[in-house]
Amino acid sequence: MSEVAVKEKEPLFSKKNKKLITDPLNDTNPVTIQVLGICSALAVTVKMDAALVMSMAVLAVLIAGNVIVSLMRNLIPGKIRIIVQLVVVAALVIIVDQVLKAFVYDVSKQLSVFVGLIITNCIIMGRLEAFALANKPWASALDGLGNGIGYGIILVVVAFFKELFGSGTLLGYEIFGNATDMTGLYAMGYENNGMMLLPPSSLVLVAIYIWIQKSRNPSLQEGH
Amino acid sequence: MAINKESNVYTVIFATLMVVVVGGVLAFISSSLKPIQEDNVRNEKKQLILKAIGSEETKSISREDAGAEFNKYVVERLILDYEGNILEGTRLTNETPVDIKSAKDAFAVDLQKEYKKFVQPLTNKYTGTDLVDELTKETNIHYPLFICQVNNKKHYVIPVMGKGLWAGVWGYIGLESDGRTISGAVFDHKSETPGLGAEISKDFFSDQFIKKTIVDQTGKYTPVKVVKPGTGVTEPYVDGISGGTFTSVGVDEMMNRTLAVYHKFFQKEEGKQLLTNI
Repeated sequence: MSEVAVKEKEPLFSKKNKKLITDPLNDTNPVTIQVLGICSALAVTVKMDAALVMSMAVLAVLIAGNVIVSLMRNLIPGKIRIIVQLVVVAALVIIVDQVLKAFVYDVSKQLSVFVGLIITNCIIMGRLEAFALANKPWASALDGLGNGIGYGIILVVVAFFKELFGSGTLLGYEIFGNATDMTGLYAMGYENNGMMLLPPSSLVLVAIYIWIQKSRNPSLQEGH
Repeated sequence: MAINKESNVYTVIFATLMVVVVGGVLAFISSSLKPIQEDNVRNEKKQLILKAIGSEETKSISREDAGAEFNKYVVERLILDYEGNILEGTRLTNETPVDIKSAKDAFAVDLQKEYKKFVQPLTNKYTGTDLVDELTKETNIHYPLFICQVNNKKHYVIPVMGKGLWAGVWGYIGLESDGRTISGAVFDHKSETPGLGAEISKDFFSDQFIKKTIVDQTGKYTPVKVVKPGTGVTEPYVDGISGGTFTSVGVDEMMNRTLAVYHKFFQKEEGKQLLTNI
């Protein structure tokens, strides 16, 4: 009963709860500051639509996983807690994969193996272990939401530049003209940057993002 | 009495219960979504076959509509063996609804399974004419053919299946009523690299095949090559995908290997009859 009493005292979107959402967007961003989940940020950012669906999938798994583990936090035996978390995440990812295959078949084909690889995304296990195991379901859900969006922002930003300069399109729409028919900018000799289609370019883009983010926020700079 | 959460008994019971619950939930979700997923796959196959005809009319049919429209355009379907002979009892008209469980239905042939089981072991071992010889001895491989009719014009759609860089690549090649000019092509893949090998599923790649022939002036079989621009081949060719070499080679190989069988078929009496009977 004590839980209910505390809940009543604390408004749903208290200052502390709001911080759970806003912090991961900037100060504690899982990708750029904690450098987690980098692998998928490098792999599925060639096209914007794939990056968007991937972000949504991670967001869904993160929120659901956080809530489930948080609800079970007083039952989970300490010895096997990592295995329990893994099973929860794996089950959720399989569900997401099955739902995508049934209802957004085309996108699920594009993402192919990367949906399954959400299981190994360090952000998810990291949040379960660091937050959901010690906090109440509502706070855990907000934490999942914040970190999921924080991850998604990076994916979408990186995908924006990679698709624009790598393929000359955004969400499939031709921005610079048609490369095969040589129209628009291509008629003037512009060429797509092939490097942008390859994973290494994401490293460069993420690094630039971190540079800008840290230079604007002195509290993130490490001392010498 | 409070339960000791750290005891071994509790841990084992917890783990067992969790596995049973999670297993049950996943089994339920999987089995309840399966019909929708299989429908998606089947309708996509129908959509690709219709798209491969190469006609404006069938190009824009969506995956949802393809299921119903399929029998309207695909008037006949049959299965060939490696020698290009029609297998007995496999010639079905569009009055027979598609039966995915029937071994005699061309639509039901699972090329991916057959490729993995029969073709891949051979392509790993042999190349060139040796491979052709070995494939001839392999009687388990089926070659479906879809005969379509759009605007009173006959088209043939041929499924092809091969290997890309990461996993399978496949496609459907549409031939005009002469059985030698390509009228349309579509390609798809399981998990080629997005932006590189995966580009084979784009129109700019598959449209290059249109109007190319698979037979030269003397009537000899000359498959359309997929090459790097400027390689100086004399046969009809299309540009491969830069950065997607393995995928392009896979497309080249599967078309070369498969179309040869259909070419044999069109040289035979049964095939010739089909060609003249427009």
